[in-house]
Amino acid sequence: MKQFAIRRILYTIPVLLGILVVTFVIARLIPGDPCTAALGERATQSACNAFNKRMGLDKPIYVQLGIYMADVLRGDFGNSIRFHRPVSTLLLEKLPVTIELGVIALLLATIIGIPAGILSAVRRNSTTDVVTMVAANVGVSMPVYWLGLMLQYLFAILLKDTFLWLEPGKRLSAGLSSIPFYKAWGLGISTTSALYPAVEFISNFFLFNSVITFDFVVLGDALKHLILPSLALSTIPMAIIARITRSSMLEVLSQDYIRTARAKGLVERMVVLKHALRNALLPVVTILGLQAGTLFAGAVLTESIFSLAGVGRSLFDAITGRDFPVIQGFTVVIAIGYVAVNLVVDISYAYIDPRIKLE
Amino acid sequence: MTSIPEAAALPAASLRSNSLLRLTLRRLTRQRNARVGLTILISLILVAAFAPLIAPYEPNRDLIGIEPVTQRQKPCIHLLGCPADQPQHIMGIDANYRDVFSRVVYGTRVSLMVGFTTIGMAILVGTLLGAVAGYAGGWADNVIMRFMDVLLAFPGFLLAIAIITVLGRGLQNALYAIAIVNIPHFARVVRASVLSIKEQEFVAATRALGASDTRILFLRILPNALPPLIVQGTLGIAGAILEAAALSFLGIGAQPPTPEWGTMLGTERNQVFTAPHLVFFPGIAIMITVLAFNLLGDGLRDAMDPRLAQVSKPR
Repeated sequence: MKQFAIRRILYTIPVLLGILVVTFVIARLIPGDPCTAALGERATQSACNAFNKRMGLDKPIYVQLGIYMADVLRGDFGNSIRFHRPVSTLLLEKLPVTIELGVIALLLATIIGIPAGILSAVRRNSTTDVVTMVAANVGVSMPVYWLGLMLQYLFAILLKDTFLWLEPGKRLSAGLSSIPFYKAWGLGISTTSALYPAVEFISNFFLFNSVITFDFVVLGDALKHLILPSLALSTIPMAIIARITRSSMLEVLSQDYIRTARAKGLVERMVVLKHALRNALLPVVTILGLQAGTLFAGAVLTESIFSLAGVGRSLFDAITGRDFPVIQGFTVVIAIGYVAVNLVVDISYAYIDPRIKLE
Repeated sequence: MTSIPEAAALPAASLRSNSLLRLTLRRLTRQRNARVGLTILISLILVAAFAPLIAPYEPNRDLIGIEPVTQRQKPCIHLLGCPADQPQHIMGIDANYRDVFSRVVYGTRVSLMVGFTTIGMAILVGTLLGAVAGYAGGWADNVIMRFMDVLLAFPGFLLAIAIITVLGRGLQNALYAIAIVNIPHFARVVRASVLSIKEQEFVAATRALGASDTRILFLRILPNALPPLIVQGTLGIAGAILEAAALSFLGIGAQPPTPEWGTMLGTERNQVFTAPHLVFFPGIAIMITVLAFNLLGDGLRDAMDPRLAQVSKPR
């Protein structure tokens, strides 16, 4: 187990290096001169020479790659061209929005997807099964952004003046604001403090922040605003989880030890939930990790529809605004996060399934 | 026991009827999902082929001065009580006074073309890389597959966006981006097949007959590696259509006035509250097309290898 974990962690190192090289190459391949992009009209020959010298662009390409890697390791992704702020600060601000949305969506997908899959498998070929699987098939085929727009139309327009009305976007209602916990507690952490990025990062998780500051008005409001985007974002993972749970459950239910359990006279409920489910959930765990990528792609689209200022939306704005440091920094961080999630999933998979050790 | 000599006496033609292709087709048509998928797909191909006959208008023709239409006019269907003196527009009129139905019909061409060309490119390059990696082994295998690992380390959609940033926006570049993102999947599938097939006896026999490596790889091994590739390809088309539409929705894929479903949705997204029909119909079109490929892909997988668990390709 430990050996597997170590081997798996070591294996990610070349992948991480590869990610850095690929993003570096992509950034260099982007058409257009970085100096003109950064300085705009002020980009004269001498200003550009000074700029290139300052940014290290006059050095050989492998030296630039080295500098870039060292910068990334220190968490320095340069400054946003449009906002004139460090990319790392932007990340601290935007990441919580996306993580919050992604986690809630994944929770929703799991809570609904797994029971739906179990039910489908247990009542194979019944109406429940057919309806669930049709829904799952439609779910994986649905464009997230389209579903988001349709949900907005349904809840903001068609259900207007009913108690089901939901605001079609933003994180909080107008007039409400989430007070960061360090301010609510009077910790007196100034913007120059070394702790500031960390506490600011944590306080940007509105749900978590409002729970620890006991601000239940904000908590309720934030949750209400999360319903539609997380519902839209959860559809594809939910459908996939339901399908995987069903097929894996069907496979397990046909095995000998299940027949033994039934022959022992165990209640069907016990057989399904205790004996079958544990083994049937193994493939579901792997799929959960792979969904991180789907969730991210969905987040770019969902955030842009629901006016949520998360990583996805900012990345998209950066692309339209040709804000290259932001594109590069965000891409690296998202890819590293994706690798990390899959690492954790792989290791936990080996932990749950002892057979993995043998390989 | 008596059946054995009878079976041995069967003519070669009827033995051939159990070929993988026929077996697959027979199994495929026995599955409800696959039948539905195949039916939808054939209809879509017909719609694409006969688009000029089905669409009442040119997809990019604005109807100002031709018909009494208003901007973003709601659908008018005679059967559903729309006055007969008004021209029929079953999916309404868009912001540029164009018939939405005609645009959706022509959009079928774009989306099918996107699905087939991107995955075609990805299969071509992926198969070549995977085959070389699997057959040659050693450093070639290592270099190719580690690079594929790095590409897979990025969420696919993010990588596609990054590639478009380099290549520039537009449908053609979006196609390249999606193709590149899909290459590693096919390379892995082909490599795995090649690895197992190259150890089989018929390969050794071919080699003993003096066949060259290229001949063995392309004429003996690759044809046998096709089944998983076809499954992966069909499901890949579904994903590619969805991704291309999403890129166009974000404004970095197909550009207006191309009648592309994602672009149609993207340009009218802010009108969802006032003119929902402009968002609704292109979305439904995307969904039906993607659904067809997903159903067919699942069916193919079960038909080609019934032992295989129904594990969907994550997307």
